[in-house]
Amino acid sequence: MATKASRTAARLMLAPAVILLLGWMMVPLTMTVIFSFKRYLPMRGGDLGWVGFENYVRFVNSSAFWPAVQSTLMIVGGVLLITIVLGVLLAILLDQPMWGQGIVRILVIAPFFVMPTVSALVWKNMFMDPVNGLFAHLWRFFGATPVSWLSEASMPSIILIVSWQWLPFATLILLTAIQSLDSEQLEAAEMDGASPLSRFIYITLPHLARAITIVVLIQTIFLLAIFAEIFVTTQGAFGTRTLTYLIFQRVLESQNVGLGSAGGVYAIILANILALFLMRIVGKNLDR
Amino acid sequence: MARAATTQRKIINTAFAWMVGLLIFFPIMWTILTSFKTEATAIADPPVWFFFDWTLDNYRVVQERSDYSRFLWNSIIIAGGSTFLGMLIAIPAAWSMAFVPSKRTKDILLWMLSTKMLPAVGVLYPIYLIFIKFGLLDTRIGLTIVLMFINLPIMVWMLYTYFKEIPGEILEAARMDGAGLREEILYVLTPMAIPGIASTVLLNVILAWNEAFWTLNLTAAKAAPLTAFIASYSSPEGLFYAKLSAASTMAIAPILILGWFSQKQLVRGLTFGAVK
Repeated sequence: MATKASRTAARLMLAPAVILLLGWMMVPLTMTVIFSFKRYLPMRGGDLGWVGFENYVRFVNSSAFWPAVQSTLMIVGGVLLITIVLGVLLAILLDQPMWGQGIVRILVIAPFFVMPTVSALVWKNMFMDPVNGLFAHLWRFFGATPVSWLSEASMPSIILIVSWQWLPFATLILLTAIQSLDSEQLEAAEMDGASPLSRFIYITLPHLARAITIVVLIQTIFLLAIFAEIFVTTQGAFGTRTLTYLIFQRVLESQNVGLGSAGGVYAIILANILALFLMRIVGKNLDR
Repeated sequence: MARAATTQRKIINTAFAWMVGLLIFFPIMWTILTSFKTEATAIADPPVWFFFDWTLDNYRVVQERSDYSRFLWNSIIIAGGSTFLGMLIAIPAAWSMAFVPSKRTKDILLWMLSTKMLPAVGVLYPIYLIFIKFGLLDTRIGLTIVLMFINLPIMVWMLYTYFKEIPGEILEAARMDGAGLREEILYVLTPMAIPGIASTVLLNVILAWNEAFWTLNLTAAKAAPLTAFIASYSSPEGLFYAKLSAASTMAIAPILILGWFSQKQLVRGLTFGAVK
């Protein structure tokens, strides 16, 4: 079907996307790599020349680096755990026969469409505020002292906010996967006397494996870059500074572009290692 | 007997699912409710649920004080513009890959997706410098271009997934019936491609509308969209709950409605059809 003429036409149609994306990727990436080998302080003298790997060494050795890596992993890990466990349970629940399924589904999915700045602010002020927040009201009602969530339990608070935003995504993907499960297989197992738990472990869970992998990988990519939630709530204080946030602070707040760029290169390497796995899975799917 | 048991199960399922659904939706519902309260009612302890004097004052104040409509307008232009620009580039690209595949098509697709994995913070400063150099900082056109690039890989992938599903036999049948290229495109391909294009547009408007990293870092007063407008409430001024709620409701309402219509497409779009 593809003639020589149509191939030429196809190339021409594809070219703008490829060229633009290549430029979008290569130009800033090259600049970041160049800056990372320089002492570059825009507010204090500008470009002060080459320094080799000094920025890379300094970034890794700074006291903020390992805590930032730890915070990043805690947020990614915590949110993944919560969203997947609850997501599987919710997907199973939503798959059951019930009245008003469509509406419940809409209620559950809604948080995904709330912009991150709004969700962070609403949680921070209206729920987690130690004086007027709803949680504070609830704590006082039971005679307890309200908790200053974002400073005293900063990490769980951030994880809660982010999980709330991502649970709908996990649920939606897992629900779609569950709906494609062959119900005859489940019924047959039930007739053979398999308990609900063993039906879940031996039939439902293996069926969901692929969907879970996809949720893990896609969420990981997005969660590594979490920014607005921290920017609006703690500004990186109280041990919530992620790698992304640390780099942001180095580059824009302390205006140390060289150091921040070295951090950026680390972040790019980290994301790409993870992305490699995603590519493999998505790529495999493409062959089907 | 069995029937009674399933009805009973259905009742339990329904009650439980509604409870969970309302719990998850609660923060949004609470925000919407609070936006109609006075500031005093908003922070009342114990909280006031439905029985208060509903007022639209907060909406009026938010609009007057911070000119909400300007931010809304910026959001619409930036989200709409980046989607439109992106589609101009993505449709031909996805089209050619779906209908004239070559050995490298798969590699190109995967490579495009890999640009999406580029952590934004890693390239923030170069983009910042480029923006200053070309006078794009705090302009709608600058942000439109950046968001177009951010979402372009997803647009190409989604469109590719949809186009790939258009069966070639239909095209051949149309040709047998004597359809020329013009008829082919107009009466056969376009009607089949439109649902895919519409879903892609929808998802990308949502993604661009909610994008926060670039909007917070590349805009200030002039071109700031709603994501940045809301962030300005994180200062102590944000303690005005009723006004914060009104502003939040206004920022999320359009996209919430749009999102509800596109939940099915969302699954396919975000997983590239890998989960069905």
